[in-house]
Amino acid sequence: MISDLAHGLHNRCRASIHLTLATAESQETEIMAIRQCAIYGKGGIGKSTTTQNLVAGLAEIGKKVMIVGCDPKADSTRLILHAKAQNSIMEMAAEAGSVEDLELEDVLKVGYRDIKCVESGGPEPGVGCAGRGVITAINFLEEEGAYSDDLDFVFYDVLGDVVCGGFAMPIRENKAQEIYIVCSGEMMAMYAANNIAKGIVKYASSGSVRLAGLICNSRNTAREDELIMELARQLGTQMIHFVPRDNVVQRAEIRRMTVIEYDPTAKQAQEYRDLAQKIVDNKMFVIPKPITMEALEDLLMEFGLMDGEDESIIGKTAAEEAVA
Amino acid sequence: MTAMTRDETQALILEVLEAYPDKARKDRAKHLAVNDQSIEQSKKCITSNRKSLPGVMTVRGCAYAGSKGVVWGPIKDMVHISHGPVGCGQYSRAGRRNYYVGHTGINTFGTMNFTSDFQEKDIVFGGDKKLAKLIDEIEQLFPLSKGLSVQSECPIGLIGDDIEAVSKKKGKELNKPIVPVRCEGFRGVSQSLGHHIANDAIRDWVIGNRDGDDSFPTTPYDVAVIGDYNIGGDAWASRILLEEMGLRVVAQWSGDGTLSEMELTPKVKLNLIHCYRSMNYISRHMEEKYGIPWMEYNFFGPTKIAESLRKIAAFFDETIQANAEKVIAKYEAEYSAIIAKYRPRLEGKRVMLYVGGLRPRHVIGAYEDLGMEVVGTGYEFAHNDDYDRTMKEMGNATLLYDDVTGYEFEEFVKKIKPDLIGSGIKEKYIFQKMGVPFRQMHSWDYSGPYHGYDGFAIFARDMDMTINNPCWKSMQAPWLKAADSESQTLAA
Repeated sequence: MISDLAHGLHNRCRASIHLTLATAESQETEIMAIRQCAIYGKGGIGKSTTTQNLVAGLAEIGKKVMIVGCDPKADSTRLILHAKAQNSIMEMAAEAGSVEDLELEDVLKVGYRDIKCVESGGPEPGVGCAGRGVITAINFLEEEGAYSDDLDFVFYDVLGDVVCGGFAMPIRENKAQEIYIVCSGEMMAMYAANNIAKGIVKYASSGSVRLAGLICNSRNTAREDELIMELARQLGTQMIHFVPRDNVVQRAEIRRMTVIEYDPTAKQAQEYRDLAQKIVDNKMFVIPKPITMEALEDLLMEFGLMDGEDESIIGKTAAEEAVA
Repeated sequence: MTAMTRDETQALILEVLEAYPDKARKDRAKHLAVNDQSIEQSKKCITSNRKSLPGVMTVRGCAYAGSKGVVWGPIKDMVHISHGPVGCGQYSRAGRRNYYVGHTGINTFGTMNFTSDFQEKDIVFGGDKKLAKLIDEIEQLFPLSKGLSVQSECPIGLIGDDIEAVSKKKGKELNKPIVPVRCEGFRGVSQSLGHHIANDAIRDWVIGNRDGDDSFPTTPYDVAVIGDYNIGGDAWASRILLEEMGLRVVAQWSGDGTLSEMELTPKVKLNLIHCYRSMNYISRHMEEKYGIPWMEYNFFGPTKIAESLRKIAAFFDETIQANAEKVIAKYEAEYSAIIAKYRPRLEGKRVMLYVGGLRPRHVIGAYEDLGMEVVGTGYEFAHNDDYDRTMKEMGNATLLYDDVTGYEFEEFVKKIKPDLIGSGIKEKYIFQKMGVPFRQMHSWDYSGPYHGYDGFAIFARDMDMTINNPCWKSMQAPWLKAADSESQTLAA
């Protein structure tokens, strides 16, 4: 009798375990249907501007998109929301007491063409732990079901430097699978791109995150497109699009708008539409092959961004040089 | 079992090491040694104060434990804030038996837990504002506190909170010392670095507070007791001996101690150190800055007590020296009676120790006074200077083990078969279940004091009632015993 009961219990437990597994699986396939992309790149390169403009392009062709700002500055959604800075998850959580006290609708705002916007937020510079803020915010979004079935894309707009584990959160298991690096033909932007590629290698080996391409946000340097194409080739990826420099971007920004919304007829609007379409069609997802410092310097020298190293001047002060 | 020879002890070490993978064996081999009194420098035979190996069972604590739990915690009239998430403070609250007198919650705060109870938002946005608010609340609720200390838990160092700035600002506002202590648990390899950090904080925020203030009337006989944490009243049993020989104990560090006592310590003539490991730093500092000599003493057991009293007296005039003799004579009848009563019951019993700061060497004399022998000893967090001192106290060919692992300790005990083990709560039940009599030598097993002549009486009684407890005869189940004797009868 007792053993019968135990047997029954055992079966029931198994049934419920089976059920849980099934749910987890179906959830996973649903999440897989959403393309999650993270945008990285050197600070000030134009990640937020590029992200919002290309997302506007995606929205225009009917894609459902959510932007997750992962930067304590919380300026990843202002062009979509026409707002100065959206109330961030961490800010609201601090006010409410803890993140558990928040509801999704408190932090999820809907802007231009139904683009969903959230900002992780974080501390002012110099205090606390911004990385932990990103981790907490993304966990909150997952638990609250922000990644709904109807979404086609999620874009993570991440702080310039991946200074700690928190800022790598968007590219960990089950999050962004595609990474786009925004760069330009400037030396430091390319250093940064190569370093980010190194970070991707680390996470690519343990998960499914892949480099999906470089977005060249032009600074009008000489032979910039060739240079970035060459860098992309050496990294084993592609320059997915060359976004030329155009003042209309700034004019739109002053109005807290994307170019597509501000002036749909502008040539630049078409550039962002092209970028958006290329991302929709993109199939090139690779584990990057970061290049050595020497190779990067050779490349920079080849394109005249860097002079050859003159061993004889290293460690020499101006005064010493004057004597010599 | 007779004493082991050098070769036997060495063979035992090798046998125990055998179980480890190569890399671990190589590392652990450096922490195990056969004592050799002829070696002057312990570094030639034993390595200490190194990171514990992942995968072994170590009983070490962390820097926060060393600062909050050991050095600062017992300062009774200060509020010690466990700054960070709630667990570190709550699960160590009142964990050490630092006795003190006072009205807890009114003018003393020793067994209370004060914490900033960090939440996610404090990590993300920083905890400095919360700390400032917490300090205000403490001041409102406990206005009689003489000062505060901020004991950093791990996250404080990770997120880079500026607790120094908050402490300075609030200290000025409240006109009380507020001492920031950077004792984040991840620093260092054990609680030892926490002691050092705590000592440095005292040096930087307390010791100089009364420089240039001569309002405190001093005497030529002023001393401070340093590194006695008053476990079960140890410091009280110690200071009466010093007072009986005519010295004035100005400060007790830090058991039953106060902020004011710490501030007055630079005015004393001699610093007396019991726990060298946790407070040699501040003693050295006072020697350098104020020219105050310091000496180590040992108040465990009549032999060491007499030795120490004479050594202390030698720093003073003939009156004090004569007084020391009088004190020793006064207690002679008492301790002789104790020895007469317990020595026959304990003679020849063999002890293995594994404790913290000073006891692995300091209690050896007390056991010897009772006719017992310490055959193995080791420290959780010692440095080489501790082993230098230990090797002189231990017999030749005895076993030394540094940061011993759970496995090693058990194996050593199985082979050496001591009559008593003195260690901590984490070891207690394992060895008791193995049928080995056990005394906790951190907490005195909720007994004590063990210091001084008064303490020796309790020490002797406790060892006797543990070793000679009839329960050890009942380790075998009656039916197994019957089977044993039956088979013996059959064999005969």
